[in-house]
Amino acid sequence: MNRFEYERAGTLAEAIGAEGAFLAGGTNLLDLMKIGVQAPARLVDISRLPLTEIEPVEGGLRIGAMVRNSTLARDPQVLAKYPALAEALLSGASAQLRNAASTGGNVMQATRCSYYQDPLSPCNRRNPGSGCGALGGETRNHAVLGWTEGCIATHPSDMCVALAAYDAVVEISGPEGARSVAMAEFHPLPDAQGAGDAPLAAGEIITHIRLPDPGAMARHARYVKLRERTSFAFAIVSAAAALAVEDGRITQARLALGGVAARPWRCRTAEAALLGQPATIETFTRAAELALEGASPSGANEAKIRLARKIAIRALERAAAGTPERLPALPASLFAGDDNG
Amino acid sequence: MTFNLNLTINGTAQQIALDDPRVTLLDVLRERVGLTGTKKGCDRGQCGACTVLIDGQRMNACLALALSYDGAEITTIEGLAKGETLHPVQAAFVAHDGFQCGYCTPGQIMSAVGLIAEGEAGLDPERVREGMSGNLCRCAAYAGITEAVLEATREMSAQEGTSA
Repeated sequence: MNRFEYERAGTLAEAIGAEGAFLAGGTNLLDLMKIGVQAPARLVDISRLPLTEIEPVEGGLRIGAMVRNSTLARDPQVLAKYPALAEALLSGASAQLRNAASTGGNVMQATRCSYYQDPLSPCNRRNPGSGCGALGGETRNHAVLGWTEGCIATHPSDMCVALAAYDAVVEISGPEGARSVAMAEFHPLPDAQGAGDAPLAAGEIITHIRLPDPGAMARHARYVKLRERTSFAFAIVSAAAALAVEDGRITQARLALGGVAARPWRCRTAEAALLGQPATIETFTRAAELALEGASPSGANEAKIRLARKIAIRALERAAAGTPERLPALPASLFAGDDNG
Repeated sequence: MTFNLNLTINGTAQQIALDDPRVTLLDVLRERVGLTGTKKGCDRGQCGACTVLIDGQRMNACLALALSYDGAEITTIEGLAKGETLHPVQAAFVAHDGFQCGYCTPGQIMSAVGLIAEGEAGLDPERVREGMSGNLCRCAAYAGITEAVLEATREMSAQEGTSA
């Protein structure tokens, strides 16, 4: 690890515009610094900023960027109204990491592309213009939507997939003032040269995540995640789904996919096609086809397209069946008994 | 530049002068304070061998920048037993052979103490296994570990019942 200057920001005003890399929970940044992928000259510790509230606002919630992932997953308001968010959080990382990781840091975490994580491999995201080591390589964790020859990495967050489905908005403060961006559009898609523009300008910081009222979808929302082992593994593909069903017909629908692109992939065409339809496997199958429209393998990962369709169908089925009173023992898992939905 | 780090470790307030900001909490414990019970496995948050309680929450000490936790209360494996009397989780790991080589054991035990305090897994073995998934055991003593955590949960709730 490179030597760095360390400074702690006590207030948001001190953090905004500060030069250096922001340190919150540290679970991703310190790891990347240890392996030489990140080498900031200066760390600005924002872990003590007073952004730790989860407050009800306008029927929804406003979540401080320093709320820990475990705190967010346990929050009674989240469990009652946004259960797919809790399920997504609990399906990610380990209990120890969730106790340290922050909400803002989860959004800002780097891709787990193994070529990005290997300083000896070419990587346009880490070292613009050097090429993409993942092309023609091991691409199980790589994109099938929205990728270019410049970069085929995926965003690894589970939390962001649920947030995108729930129409969450990222609140940002910076030297030029405050702005808001939809979670589903926050992470840039790659361009022909590489990862695309950074989601935050220099000195900008995520302060909150805002969630609108889910209304009748509150108790019909699930997260489903396929991974190589049932716990403590990143998604190969995942899906967050939320539905409102009246008299057997779908009146509101949300669907977002994880593990398939450089951002959580919101499936608006599929959502539109669900409206007014009966909540049946046929309807969900058609929606899943639309959700993966335009998908193409970025390597030997064509199977991910079929898997993502199936995971989307399962998430919609589970959402239609209703969220269980208590989240299952194995959150978001496909491999469990009836108790697991 | 020297940084003064204040930590309360196993109930004792300590001031540690750090000449380098890069030191992790794990290295402070092992190299500066001499508490080598907390183990360094992967050093990347993947194995759980370095698990300690920070302000009562289980975390990976290897991914905790020490300076970031200035003022925190740390509990390590050395802080669990009361004299010669083992903590119920320690006693249960012995009773149920919750280890073989023992390298991951301090992290397993600290993680289990955190899990039981969280109070969400209860006596459901599936929830215990899921809640302990951040601790790897290369000897694969998982069956014994699960039994030990379940017994310690029972024992600690019984103790709570008697003292209440």
